[in-house]
Amino acid sequence: MVTIQRTKKQVVLPKKARDGATSVGITGLAIAVLVIFLVPMVYGVVTSLKTDGQFSQVAAPWYPASERQFLYEGKSYDMYQVPIDGELRELALIKKGRESSTFVDPQNAAAGPFEWEGRWRTLERSWETDPQWGNFIKAWDTINFPLLLRNTLMYAVITTFGAVLSASLVAYGFARFRIPGKNILFMIMLSTVILPNAVTLIPTYFVYLKLGWVGTWLPLIVPAFFSWGTNVFLMRQFFLSIPRELDEAAMLDGAGPFRIFTSVILPQSVPALTAVALFHFFWSWNDFFGPLIYLAGNPDKYPITVGLTAFNTLYSQSINLIQAASLVSAVIPVLVFFFAQRVFMQGVTFTGVEK
Amino acid sequence: MGMLESFTNVRKGPKIRTKLSGIEKKEARWGLLFLSPWIIGFIAFYFLPMIASFGFSLYDFNPAVPDQATFIGFENWRRALFEDEEVKLSFIRIFQFGAISLPITLVFSLFVAVLMNSKHVIGKNLFRTLFYMPVMIPLVATVLIWNGALNEQTGWINILIQKFTGIQAVGTEGLRWLADPDLVYYAYTMFGFWGIGNAMIIFLAGLQGVPTEIYEAAEIDGANWFTKLFRITLPMITPVIFYQLVLNVIYTLQYFLAPFVLNQNFSSGYPDGKTRFIMVYFYKQAFAFFNMGYGATLAWLLFIVALIVTIVLFGTARYWVYYAAEER
Repeated sequence: MVTIQRTKKQVVLPKKARDGATSVGITGLAIAVLVIFLVPMVYGVVTSLKTDGQFSQVAAPWYPASERQFLYEGKSYDMYQVPIDGELRELALIKKGRESSTFVDPQNAAAGPFEWEGRWRTLERSWETDPQWGNFIKAWDTINFPLLLRNTLMYAVITTFGAVLSASLVAYGFARFRIPGKNILFMIMLSTVILPNAVTLIPTYFVYLKLGWVGTWLPLIVPAFFSWGTNVFLMRQFFLSIPRELDEAAMLDGAGPFRIFTSVILPQSVPALTAVALFHFFWSWNDFFGPLIYLAGNPDKYPITVGLTAFNTLYSQSINLIQAASLVSAVIPVLVFFFAQRVFMQGVTFTGVEK
Repeated sequence: MGMLESFTNVRKGPKIRTKLSGIEKKEARWGLLFLSPWIIGFIAFYFLPMIASFGFSLYDFNPAVPDQATFIGFENWRRALFEDEEVKLSFIRIFQFGAISLPITLVFSLFVAVLMNSKHVIGKNLFRTLFYMPVMIPLVATVLIWNGALNEQTGWINILIQKFTGIQAVGTEGLRWLADPDLVYYAYTMFGFWGIGNAMIIFLAGLQGVPTEIYEAAEIDGANWFTKLFRITLPMITPVIFYQLVLNVIYTLQYFLAPFVLNQNFSSGYPDGKTRFIMVYFYKQAFAFFNMGYGATLAWLLFIVALIVTIVLFGTARYWVYYAAEER
């Protein structure tokens, strides 16, 4: 039921102006939400560039900075913010005294040192912007990023290939063939999506252990070649939208089911294949539990996620390095996403609601 | 047809068993050939392991000494259900966490989707991309970045809260997101914010699927924005909401990553045991203590709980989920 309201607008603006104002307001709201949403990322970037010393200093600025120094007559001196005649001046502290200290003004060093009345301990340090790009190199080396990257890429590429290959074969079977009990099989396949993986984990682990596969990539790679429910579902929906007339035409030309699959169905399904490939690529890039269990104690084979966790355990005090390493691990998937977002988001829609 | 509708509406074929003709047999054989990767995979990676898992739960079993596996009947089950308080507690904890995180996350993703669906937002594609983008960041990295941002001393979230509200948020007297047992579930909920992208896209597609004629009719009747949202939009997209709810509940039941990544001793459940969820406890029993028999029992319990929750959710669906399909 819709309640009928006939309250006329009090102030009547031209429709265009009203729409303009609403657009500005709602876009403003969207910007505000987005900014809050992304604050931690900005925090991560800024923090990753900070110096080690910045975290212990209460008065340190929020941006990456180091304490300003001044080289005077061959020696380096700390700089402070000194109030002189109502304004703060950045001066180098040459000689510390209890009630008064000797400073020199770097802007005018030729004028020589002068005395300032007051306690230097009450002064705040002078900071200068000093992003530590080296943190990224340090994190990169400490975590042995090239190795983690190689492992993760290998895992992602091989399993993506397996996932796309198997899902397209199975989806073709579901989309095009009359098989007794097909609907029941399809339902069983969908229900595996909501099965907690713990319930199958222990026996499979035990079998892999007996096969000598624990500590290798095999337990992570092999299952990908036997198709997963969500991927098959997405692909089947897509195949169903391909007109059967195309199959029939190929059949009249003497093509068998496999030929139809490779020369009719697959070339028509590039968007679905790409979407499944991307899904799987990101999924494997993010995978944590499987590698954690099957590669335990084998750091040479770790993917980024597990390597990053180990790094966090060892360097939990180095806040800046942890942020740098986390950001580095995100760069490749984020870049891939920016290039392929259209296909990717279509795929997300397809599993969810699309007809 | 979305995945959810396939879950709920199995098309019932005629139950008459007829003999297949030669051509039909050939077609079925080809079909089964194409299905074979899945059928083999299902048997090898789902069906047999599930049965075996139940079998394991009847044994006292450690893979380091497989010869000493002893059949103990339902002893593991008795222990899990009646003796080991930690099992009950770890289920309660995950439900408490879910009761906080699921509504917040669903409402937030729906809110962003409604915002992105507004014709008034300028530069929609850019917004959509930026709201989606954090999904791409590996969850381990997400947790570490948020963990830093939520740090009680140096994290920006507390600093900003203090700046804008004046509440004492920074410092040991402030909001100790990850150390305070009352706040830690909210902190974990925030870790999930960067994952709203998929839900947002699916909600958005649902919103765009609502026929515009309904809105036009309501506008003629003088409906305002709120009435349209609560009387038309939300009811029309309940199938999508339901789909997200089911997936999120199942996913949340298996929550594992953040306590494992953040706590030096993952099974401490820091703070105050609050994050010792059922999967954390399962991991501890099965892969830290290698009590695989007991671990299998816990896994089966988790499966049973997930099944019950799913059945209950599907049972409630007919009271609040709208299916246009029923009118077909």
